[in-house]
Amino acid sequence: MPGLEDLYREIILDHYRHPRNRGELDAPPAHRVEGFNPLCGDEVVVYLDVDEAGDVTDIKINGQGCSISQSSASMMSAAVKGKSAADTRRLIRAFKALMSIHEQKLDGDGNETGESEAVAPDPEVPLGDLEALQGVVRFPVRIKCATLSWNTLAQALDEAEAGAEAKAD
Amino acid sequence: MALDDSNGSALDIVAIKKDFPILEIEVHDGKRLVYLDSASSSQKPRVVLDAMEHYYETTHANVHRGVYSIAEEATALYEGARARVMRFIGARSPREVVFTKNVTEAINLVAYAWGRANLHEGDAVLLSEIEHHANLVPWLMLKEERGIELRFIPMAADFTLDLDDLDRLVDGVKLVGVTAMSNVLGTLTPVRRLADAAHAAGALLLVDGAQLLPHVATDVAALDCDFLGFTGHKMLGPTGIGVLWAREALLEAMPAFLGGGEMIRDVSLDGWLPNELPWKFEAGTMPIAEAIGLHAAIDYLDGLGMEAVREHEVSLTAYALRTLTRRHGDRITIYGPSEPDQRGGVISFSFGGIHPHDISQVLDQHGVCVRAGHHCAKPLMRRLGVAATARASLYVYNDEADVDALADALDSTADLFLTP
Repeated sequence: MPGLEDLYREIILDHYRHPRNRGELDAPPAHRVEGFNPLCGDEVVVYLDVDEAGDVTDIKINGQGCSISQSSASMMSAAVKGKSAADTRRLIRAFKALMSIHEQKLDGDGNETGESEAVAPDPEVPLGDLEALQGVVRFPVRIKCATLSWNTLAQALDEAEAGAEAKAD
Repeated sequence: MALDDSNGSALDIVAIKKDFPILEIEVHDGKRLVYLDSASSSQKPRVVLDAMEHYYETTHANVHRGVYSIAEEATALYEGARARVMRFIGARSPREVVFTKNVTEAINLVAYAWGRANLHEGDAVLLSEIEHHANLVPWLMLKEERGIELRFIPMAADFTLDLDDLDRLVDGVKLVGVTAMSNVLGTLTPVRRLADAAHAAGALLLVDGAQLLPHVATDVAALDCDFLGFTGHKMLGPTGIGVLWAREALLEAMPAFLGGGEMIRDVSLDGWLPNELPWKFEAGTMPIAEAIGLHAAIDYLDGLGMEAVREHEVSLTAYALRTLTRRHGDRITIYGPSEPDQRGGVISFSFGGIHPHDISQVLDQHGVCVRAGHHCAKPLMRRLGVAATARASLYVYNDEADVDALADALDSTADLFLTP
């Protein structure tokens, strides 16, 4: 039986109490994407600034929700700020792999588009503090809380790329 | 289950707890189960479980079909359940009692069968801001489909319905649909007054009785409503069985809802004729064992006495409001009327700015089950200015020790989240 200490690790509570990169960016030029968890009403707003190469120059997080969704978003923002687009996507994949086994079980209906395919964990991508969120997989209903901001970030990256391609055309 | 005045309660909770097998289980390494989510779904006493098991072991056959002894017995038990429901709510005839899956289906039945025959573009329906989605979405669907107008009785600052503008709101509407007890706030609404206002305006009154029926003796004649929906699983019965009560003349005039077996008098390849009431609205094989379980649940509740059930709820709600305020007053916000006799034992709250899912997660580790979320009342959540609340709800098997366990577990929640 998993205990609360598996879920609410100190680093998670720290990010919940003192969220990093909290706020807004002017959109445009920033890409603003909202993510919702209709189950619990959690809401994450990701503001993403990328440069011409697609690298993450700035990121801000807004919205409200439970400690898991908010701390996951905070840790994510700290992890991807300054990273290249490719590294950001690798990190998203690695984080979702950390969460994926159980998420697939929950998503048998394929609700989350294109994200249910098996993702092999990539040992080359260091997760650092994010590994503290691993305990979430032992509380299946909370996995969606942890992945909400990551799905939202992936969508923001897609939009940024689509925008860059449109400009290039 | 005798009255026990020694501890000031109208019910003997020690004896009642023993009637519910699930309350014997332990969770999270030996914690007793403190079940405070009965507004979502109540637990079931052994007599209900036994009645259903006995039926399956000795009697089961489809009803209204077989000409053999167990089929006749099954039919008698199923119709006996209907008669029991009829007596429980003071209905005049079993023809007025339609079995459904739950309240949601009961209200959808009204919206489809009565609504589509009687509501046309521009016709108005008056609901309230505090409704459950079950009494909102069917009407929103009709609004989309037919262009009907929806109006809403607002909530007042004290979490009751604000009736100041009722005369204007009800003017010209064809139906008023309200909950009798809010599943979020616990508010008891003035059903009789709304019935009078509706009828004076030439409208019908539909009552969502999901939360009322389990807790308060209900008489359809006294309420003077026209439609009443309620559900078995919130009143000690099984899931999958609910009731739509309606005035016989209304049901008679309404077109059928679902088409299929049982609901017909005759079918040819050219057409069909509807069955008599109430079977006209019961298409296909119905939840027979569940109806029998509901019968046993009603017997159990009447054995306790609905007056005593309500008395217990008022006194335990008073204790809970007092205890939570005394122990957590600086960090708890309770959404609902402050007077226990004006509300049910549904206590929604915010606590220290902690998300309800986090609250519920910590409470769970202490064996305390509460609901966290929007409670299928998103418009009301927006009105309250919150995304979600935690909600503890009380029933006949809860006592002061359960409330104390909740207050203790909230201490642990605060320790985890509010310590810097």
